[in-house]
Amino acid sequence: MKLSKEQHKELFYKMTLCREFEETAAKLFIAGKVHGTAHFCIGEEATGVGVCSPLEVEDYITQTHRGHNQGIGKNMDVNRMMAEFLGKQTGYCKGKGGCMHIADFSVGSLGANGVVAGGLPIATGAALSQQYLGKKNITVCFFGDGAANEGAFHESLNLASVWKLPVLFVCTNNLYGMSTHINKSMNIEDISVRAASYGIKGIALDGNDVVTIYQETLKAKEYVLEHGPMLMVLNTYRWTGHSKSDAQLYRTKEEVNQWKERCPIKRHRDLLIDQKLFTEEELDELKREAVQKIKDAVAFAENSPEPSIDDIFDDVYAL
Amino acid sequence: MREITYAQAIQEAMSEEMRRDQNIMFMGEDIGVYGGAFGVSRGMFEEFGDKRVRDTPITELAITGCAAGAAMTGLRPIVEIMFSDFMTLAMEQLVNQAAKNRFQFGGQAAVPMVLRTPGGSGTGAAEQHSQSLEAWVCHVPGLKVVIPSTPYDAKGLLKAAIRDNNPVVFIEQKLLYRTKGEVPEPGDDYIIELGKADIKREGSDLTIITYGRMVPRALEVAEAFSQKGTSIEVIDIRTLVPLDTEALISSAKKTGRVLIVHEACQRGGYGGEIAGLIADSEAFFYLDAPIKRLGGLDVPIPYNPNLEAQVVPTVESITKAVNELL
Repeated sequence: MKLSKEQHKELFYKMTLCREFEETAAKLFIAGKVHGTAHFCIGEEATGVGVCSPLEVEDYITQTHRGHNQGIGKNMDVNRMMAEFLGKQTGYCKGKGGCMHIADFSVGSLGANGVVAGGLPIATGAALSQQYLGKKNITVCFFGDGAANEGAFHESLNLASVWKLPVLFVCTNNLYGMSTHINKSMNIEDISVRAASYGIKGIALDGNDVVTIYQETLKAKEYVLEHGPMLMVLNTYRWTGHSKSDAQLYRTKEEVNQWKERCPIKRHRDLLIDQKLFTEEELDELKREAVQKIKDAVAFAENSPEPSIDDIFDDVYAL
Repeated sequence: MREITYAQAIQEAMSEEMRRDQNIMFMGEDIGVYGGAFGVSRGMFEEFGDKRVRDTPITELAITGCAAGAAMTGLRPIVEIMFSDFMTLAMEQLVNQAAKNRFQFGGQAAVPMVLRTPGGSGTGAAEQHSQSLEAWVCHVPGLKVVIPSTPYDAKGLLKAAIRDNNPVVFIEQKLLYRTKGEVPEPGDDYIIELGKADIKREGSDLTIITYGRMVPRALEVAEAFSQKGTSIEVIDIRTLVPLDTEALISSAKKTGRVLIVHEACQRGGYGGEIAGLIADSEAFFYLDAPIKRLGGLDVPIPYNPNLEAQVVPTVESITKAVNELL
């Protein structure tokens, strides 16, 4: 299917918003305003935005620790994301989770995860609910190349396959598990071949091509609802280090620069202009909107109250 | 009142709850036609079918995480882990996900699931099928932990666990599965609130605080001492988390002597927590002797039946510990 102008606008805006969110968050870090760590997905924006944008609210996602693009793709509120990043009471987790644990059940995000592969069994269970309750929705489970070597990957894909659960497993392959290149952690180059051992369909896509990801996700949703799980691998690249404390001694600047030339946002922008769907001015205006939105988010977060120790026992247990 | 076994009581609790609420489903290894490794779920597959009673692959991590994910999205799963030793394979999902998702997502999630699993030694199954690992899970905020000692308690506590909106680890006792006890008729929908200890025998000279399989053993010791004129109170804590601290403190104040007995290894065992709790309370000033713990030896459970029987508290070792306190 061909995307409408509105759909293109949504993709461009969300990717730009995510880039702005993270670049701003990095500056807050340098300014000493953030406690803890952060894992940025700069360069990977097309993955989460491309997959989540065509989903419905009732479709669930489970996110990774590098999942701002997934959350923004699923229409999470950047004010509450930024507030959580700064550990404030108004944040998605009331300041108790931080950006590794942002979740918004109201838009179908069952949460980001600090454990590599931690979301795979959870997503399998969410898909079990959808199947059990007779819903016509799917669960999208995000994880990285590193997670594909965890036992939870094997157990979850196998169980989902046996029960034909409506779950789309999306592997964001950014080539590195922290510092270790995938050629040192698996003896295959195309992770999607692992699907065959579970008797399910596997595809690999250019993870920087937001339009194709969007289109293929729509097809995958139909497929998954009819046939059960599928593995979609999105090959992309992490421009930044693993976290804030990464000197990146394991890769060259040339390699990083080569991938920066394949920027998913620039690529989409060029496409929109080539196809005369938008003018330069219109796209610049969208970017200005995104910049303002993030400025407002920072103001919201900074003006929000700190959580109180008086509430520390809240939510350890449900009533 | 009719008598049924501990295993039947557990089966009745699950079946009655599943009849009441269509969103309760049950999954685990060989729980379907086979009826569970210990026969607990016999007949449930026939009644509820393969949608609600699901045999799984041998995949403890996925079973547990799948239950957590399903619990967060509208179901109330019960899972069976065939031996509590295999909770080790499920720990990541239980500890990092199920236990924390409510707190770490700012209260957005509820995780109403029950993880049922048999614990304890005495079956000749040796090191990897005989452990009592309850202290591991008691240590994790967000989990509740229940270990029943009678058919009556097993049924009422399991119903409460299934209705609870939190992840509950429900550790059953293999050696109690075939023991019988009085349980109300099936129509009598009784519930035992989590967090309430039960005084299984009243006494005035010494308190034995215990749970699970050690409860009948402590009662046997108490009965023998009563013949000699010593009155022992036996408290079955039933729920380790949340713990009925009030009941323990008031009994310690009453008798002035406390012995804590459990099958799990003594080092790092839950008995240390109970001892600390009493020592920290006003009951300390009423004590006539040091608080004493009697746990299992700090060794893996051995195979040989004579060895196996001697690495956990026995009637003899409990008797000796009582005498030391008197």
